[in-house]
Amino acid sequence: MDTTLAQSGRNPVYRRRLLVHRLGIFLSSLAMAVGVGFLMWILFTLLIKGFSAINLAMFTQSTPAPGSDGGGLLNAIVGSLMMVGSAALISTPIGILAGIYLAEYGNKSWFGAVTRFVTDIMLSAPSIVIGLFVYAIYVANVKHFSGWAGSIAISLIAIPVVVRTTDNMLGLVPASLQEAAFALGAPRWKVALTIRLRAVKAGVITGILLAVARISGETAPLLFTALNNQFFNGNMNKPMANLPVVIYQFAMSPYDNWRDLAWGGALLITFSVLGLNILSRTLFNQKSQH
Amino acid sequence: MTTTQTNNLKKAIEIDGLNFFYGATRSLRDINLNIFDKKVTAFIGPSGCGKSTLLRTLNRMYDLYPGQRAEGKIIYKGKNILDADQDINLLRAKVGMVFQKPTPFPMSVYDNIAFGVRLYENLSKGEMDERVEWALKKAAIWTEVKDKLNKSGLSLSGGQQQRLCIARGVSVKPEILLLDEPTSALDPISTVKIEELIHELKEEYTIAIVTHNMQQAARCSDFTAYMYLGELVEFGETDHIFMNPVKKETQDYITGRFG
Repeated sequence: MDTTLAQSGRNPVYRRRLLVHRLGIFLSSLAMAVGVGFLMWILFTLLIKGFSAINLAMFTQSTPAPGSDGGGLLNAIVGSLMMVGSAALISTPIGILAGIYLAEYGNKSWFGAVTRFVTDIMLSAPSIVIGLFVYAIYVANVKHFSGWAGSIAISLIAIPVVVRTTDNMLGLVPASLQEAAFALGAPRWKVALTIRLRAVKAGVITGILLAVARISGETAPLLFTALNNQFFNGNMNKPMANLPVVIYQFAMSPYDNWRDLAWGGALLITFSVLGLNILSRTLFNQKSQH
Repeated sequence: MTTTQTNNLKKAIEIDGLNFFYGATRSLRDINLNIFDKKVTAFIGPSGCGKSTLLRTLNRMYDLYPGQRAEGKIIYKGKNILDADQDINLLRAKVGMVFQKPTPFPMSVYDNIAFGVRLYENLSKGEMDERVEWALKKAAIWTEVKDKLNKSGLSLSGGQQQRLCIARGVSVKPEILLLDEPTSALDPISTVKIEELIHELKEEYTIAIVTHNMQQAARCSDFTAYMYLGELVEFGETDHIFMNPVKKETQDYITGRFG
């Protein structure tokens, strides 16, 4: 029964396994290369076309009128920041509280099960449906488009993301940690807020940042709610310019300077989202290492 | 049952006809047992015999999980703690628990201790500092962490974390400490430290400990309960149980012929 290493290399079972192994590695590398390849292609196109459009005027001037030269994206950038910012303020408390509810009571109650199910549906609901919904119940009633309507629409997209991450993260807290707090005589609300939520703080913040990243590129819901505004406007009760809709309109326009601005705006959004993702990742890694 | 010298001991807890159910499964059968004041009582037996379950009825930890219920009587301070009107949080403040795996809270060493104290007492900053130091000294970890009070409790080693958890349990000044396999996740040196600690703590606290380690039960307990399949097979002074058990099953288990 004495086989050397070289002999076992000629073993047919071993050779077949080695072949399957190499084939597996090859196929998965190929799949990875296709995925990354397209991603790089998109990013490079964006960089090449968008970079030339980025200049000071982009941040200091508002969107140009048809046929006029130059112009920038100031109104769209400010509009996007205001709507995404207020959406984050609306969806964070609602999402975290609902997530805590699900993690604490959602496994036992009928209401919790329904909430979790609806949240999952909302996560994958087409965003245009949410835009139409807010149009029907809000915009159609007040009879004008507005920044608030846009903000509500994208909040509705962000809330399920925050709910789901909070719920999932809280689910990772070991039962023993909670029992240890209960064993000291701590009431349930205190265990939920000061022990359980605290243990996964970094994960919950990551969820919020990812939700913000998700909504900052949404176009369809804003088209039906905030619409657009050619002029600078800081009033959330009026139609509001925003980057995704400006890109959507400018990219298909006949004017060169509009199309350049669309590329610049696309680059701006992409890199903001990239930045948010990197931030959330580093935050999560730091906190989870302790 | 050897009751030679137990008659004049003060009872901290009297368990009378206790049955426990996980849903429809009965996992404790008619347990009758006394836990004596300022003594260490060890629960031994093979996995699944119900010793941890029994421990978790003493602070009603099972209450967190629907479908688990206990029937019978557990008399503590003249009251059946299984009664529906028992304030569970107050009970748990008096009956502390330390778990198998160290469970430091995600906060500083100082706040790990202060968390429990703040639940029931309103101390000034100075008093709280004293209490934290007192508890950490009780758990024999003060010298190791006195310069790291603001560091995260999670940054300590496993053995230190477990002693931090014991300090946390002691800090709220309970009367009874339940230890659920407190050393099974620790290295031998940390284990020795915790066993020495148990020896010191029994001067002031009543201790109930679940352990898989028979030498540990023999070393650090005054009374031992051997359980099997949800039943209490034998209970008595540790020396009697280990040297001269009455029941053959007990003898087989402690000599390693079974289990």
